[in-house]
Amino acid sequence: MARKIQLDIVSPERLVFSTAVNMVIARTTAGDIGVLPGHTPLIAGLQIWPLRLLTDEGEQQISVCGGFIDVQPEKVTVLAACAELPEEIDVARAEAAKSRAEARIKGSKESRENVDLARAEAALKRALLRLQIAHRHKH
Amino acid sequence: MPSAQDIRRRIRSVKNIQQITKAMKMVAAARLRRAQEKAAASKPYTEKIRQILASVAAHTTDQAHPLLEVREVKRTVYVVLSSDKGLAGAYSSNIIKEVLPRIAGNDQVGLVTVGRKARDYFKRRGYTVDAEYTGFSEKPAYDHAWAIARDLSERFQSGDCDEIYLVYTQFFSAINLQPITIKLLPLSTETTEQVNTDYIFEPSADEVLGLLLPKYLETTIFGALMQAAASELGARMTAMESATDNAEELISKLILNYNKVRQATITREISEIVGGAEALK
Repeated sequence: MARKIQLDIVSPERLVFSTAVNMVIARTTAGDIGVLPGHTPLIAGLQIWPLRLLTDEGEQQISVCGGFIDVQPEKVTVLAACAELPEEIDVARAEAAKSRAEARIKGSKESRENVDLARAEAALKRALLRLQIAHRHKH
Repeated sequence: MPSAQDIRRRIRSVKNIQQITKAMKMVAAARLRRAQEKAAASKPYTEKIRQILASVAAHTTDQAHPLLEVREVKRTVYVVLSSDKGLAGAYSSNIIKEVLPRIAGNDQVGLVTVGRKARDYFKRRGYTVDAEYTGFSEKPAYDHAWAIARDLSERFQSGDCDEIYLVYTQFFSAINLQPITIKLLPLSTETTEQVNTDYIFEPSADEVLGLLLPKYLETTIFGALMQAAASELGARMTAMESATDNAEELISKLILNYNKVRQATITREISEIVGGAEALK
């Protein structure tokens, strides 16, 4: 059996996920990284992107919207403002958020307000991420 | 001397009040438990982010992030976390008492209020309230902390104020609540925590720090919001408990009084009847 690394995903509201996995693949602000057991200590910022983890049963994806990854040789901790397991995603809410964000992006491009544009883009990314993972989970 | 009927009415109304205070106490107790659970659930995140911040800060050389910038203090903003609803004993007035000495007689201060009580108090007394947040004092979510943090860091970075303090109530137990003031901005990265391992930072320590600081600010505010919520519920629970006890006491006094009046009436009636019978003889 392969060596395992403990993965904890924590959000401000709760501990979302805690299991030993074979490998963690995350997209950091500087590109994708794969973490195997025994990795050198590392801290990186994460993008709004699915966090992939490989277990004995296969691959699983978790929606993580931004945050940080803290890697220790035996343990990976992901800190995220929000994180959901595929089965927890509220598809209807994500759909609504998506159309809301799209409308806002359209609106702010006309009025050229950059702050709100950045926010709406982040919201859109989060919504798309959730939809993508929920969709994958169903199939 | 009030009539027996008046006293009876009074007893009934006090009983009704007692039922309400009792129900409020139960609700506060249940919500307090939930609030404490939530506070406990957020602990791992808070601790981890503090730990990471400590290790990042130890590896950055020039701490040139705008949220760390220490300037000469011209204008100070106080963020006051109070409650939306009353009936929580001295909860809101205690927090206001904590703020008042700091802002009295100083016009170079701003106020950001959370909860209706603080907003109403300061507005009524002619203070300018820079921003107000209401409607979630009992059940704060991370989104609220996020919105407040965004607003505050904008204020700080635009030079609207040079220091931001956070005033809230620390929850020790339902009967031990302590209003405290902490400095929110500029952030200080000095910690006493042990930094052990040599980390790799992706892409660089400075950049990670830049991402981390806003999150740290949010977490601090979120923690304070949850402390304040627990304190509010704790204060309400204690206040309602003593209100229920007082109502009980009042009812027993009123019942005693009522019986006295009733007895006096009976005695008077008997003596009237006896007197009447005597006169007929």
